[in-house]
Amino acid sequence: MAELRTFLKKIGGLPVLALVLLAVYPFAPVLDWGLEAATGQALHIDRQLVNIFIFSLLALALNLQVGQAGLLQLGIAAFFAIGAFTTGVLTVEKYPFQIGFWGAMLIAPLFGAMGGFLLGAPTLRLRGDYLAIVTLGFGEVMRIVLLNLENITDGPRGLNPVPAPWLPTLVRESLSPAGDASIGVLRAMYFLALIVLAATVVCLSLLEKSRIGRAFVALREDELAASCMGIEPARIKLAAFTGGAALAGLAGCFYATNLTTTAEPNTYDFNYSIMVLCCLIIGGLGSLRGALLGAGLLLGFDNVISPLLTRLLQTALGGESTHVMASFSNWRWIVFGTALVVMMRLRPEGLWPSSRVAEELHETQEDAS
Amino acid sequence: MLDTVLQQLLIGLTNGMVFALVALGYTMVYGILEFINFAHGDVFMLSAFVALTLCGALGLNEHSSAGALAGGLLLCIVASSVFGGLLNLLIDRVVYKPLRKAPKLAPLVSAIGVSFILQNVGLFWGGMAMDVFGGGGQAAAPKAFPNLLPATNLLGATSKITLQPKDVLVIGASLVMMTALYGIVRFTKLGKAMRATAQDPSAARLMGIDVDQVVAATFLIGGALGGFASVIYSLYINTVHYQMGYQNGLYAFTAAVVGGIGNIPGAVLGGLLLGLVRAFSDQFIGAQWQPAVLFGILIVILVFRPAGLLGSTAREKV
Repeated sequence: MAELRTFLKKIGGLPVLALVLLAVYPFAPVLDWGLEAATGQALHIDRQLVNIFIFSLLALALNLQVGQAGLLQLGIAAFFAIGAFTTGVLTVEKYPFQIGFWGAMLIAPLFGAMGGFLLGAPTLRLRGDYLAIVTLGFGEVMRIVLLNLENITDGPRGLNPVPAPWLPTLVRESLSPAGDASIGVLRAMYFLALIVLAATVVCLSLLEKSRIGRAFVALREDELAASCMGIEPARIKLAAFTGGAALAGLAGCFYATNLTTTAEPNTYDFNYSIMVLCCLIIGGLGSLRGALLGAGLLLGFDNVISPLLTRLLQTALGGESTHVMASFSNWRWIVFGTALVVMMRLRPEGLWPSSRVAEELHETQEDAS
Repeated sequence: MLDTVLQQLLIGLTNGMVFALVALGYTMVYGILEFINFAHGDVFMLSAFVALTLCGALGLNEHSSAGALAGGLLLCIVASSVFGGLLNLLIDRVVYKPLRKAPKLAPLVSAIGVSFILQNVGLFWGGMAMDVFGGGGQAAAPKAFPNLLPATNLLGATSKITLQPKDVLVIGASLVMMTALYGIVRFTKLGKAMRATAQDPSAARLMGIDVDQVVAATFLIGGALGGFASVIYSLYINTVHYQMGYQNGLYAFTAAVVGGIGNIPGAVLGGLLLGLVRAFSDQFIGAQWQPAVLFGILIVILVFRPAGLLGSTAREKV
């Protein structure tokens, strides 16, 4: 408990303020009102925020593997998919389990962890680039397997409908204004995701300072030196990899529940994994706040800024142009690609790095030059 | 049955040749700079777009005269190879070169970024208002590449095995390119410098080798091979698509890793092996399992022989 108290003191007011603001936002969506007044377009920022929370969970999962432990993994989407499809199998009407969201929320991370353990145990001894390729390959294999095992996964259609979480009547009614159940479900997902995200951030911050968290950093900085200090690289790496995979599985469970479907397996492709990596790099690899910032920026760009710019572009061109360049969403890869290249050149530690990683990066550059 | 096996052998061989050519670009860069040039597959893709644009501009199609076809084809090959080489060189100069001393993650991530940018360029290119691009209305749709070689069976119309002029072109031209590359790496001064740099860049520099120039040459040659491969691939498959670099790039990279990354004969071996496995798995397991089979093999090989088939045991530079 004392640890928690000093921790709260140390993080200061900003995260608490953010949490409070996010907690009241669904009841007073000021940003929505403002943007709607300005553009005449309903953007449903609260809906986007749920997606951002879930994507942040996934980003934190990858951050544990790549950022903290330095294991370059390019297939996080595979574990995300495992979580989503586990949830699908456990909850949809097609199967006899139908254990609902709460049960799935406990089991999906277990399956994610199992996948991480089975892949990690034989492959984590590979050095950086090779590990990247193996995880990339695993991601593709998982996608193809999910796509082709139509008897189990319903192939390209995905498993649906994934039911909304069961809630006590009192909670459900108090969340639904004027008996509108769909808003109630949205708000329930909003608060559930927010609570789980906040809890995850707290746990990961505590982990960072714990013995095993310090072991991650030691391994990332210098494997040889770390193993001389009595850290077992194989076990610590496997712990980070399995932990990240479990968290990705949890994110997958939320994703499927929020979408009410597992989505088609092709959603979980290499590009998806890379997008998650992108938001870590933009935010700051190895930094919790950076991962959250990156997830917010990325989804914010896709779902809020990009539609707005497309609208402006269309108005500027006068009417509905169907040309490929007239829709701003078609520019997203140029925007992200340029962001990655520019970041690596000017600010490799990310926009909001942890001080430790920033030091490491600049140290290496000075050493090398 | 025997016919099927022979036919798949032939298909595997031709596919494998294309993989091998692209894999060479990955493996050469990795051998010297130790980073995965993720953008290489997209250089391959854009080079194919150059060839298609040229076909459109010259009005080449299956009805053109034999002389026009031969000339046009040669022009396509030269233009795409030059384009691929120069684009690769440009990317290295602008993006990777300033990162030579940065941590290893930096060039890798930049390469992913460049790959994104090039794919997006390919998407826009596909929206060009040109007949070969279907008028540009459907930018993201696959584009038909004109069938410039006669679709006759060289083994006679009654033969159960199909061997078309394009198969011969793919295999023959690839062999010529690989032999040329082998000649350059093995017998020229530049090749010697490349091998030395791959072994130990700082020692090579001490011996008076201009490492920057060697790296530039590597990107130029790798890109040109990719550009060349893109033309023969398009002739063979008859479709061009802005995401073709992504899929083929991953396969080619897998080939390079399977053969032992950084190892030039290994890339050719890996490419052929992958092409054969692909052909047989498509025939006997089903095309929908293709990526799973190929990447599954990749994982198994890396777990049991991390350095690839021909690679020496991995040495971690401490």
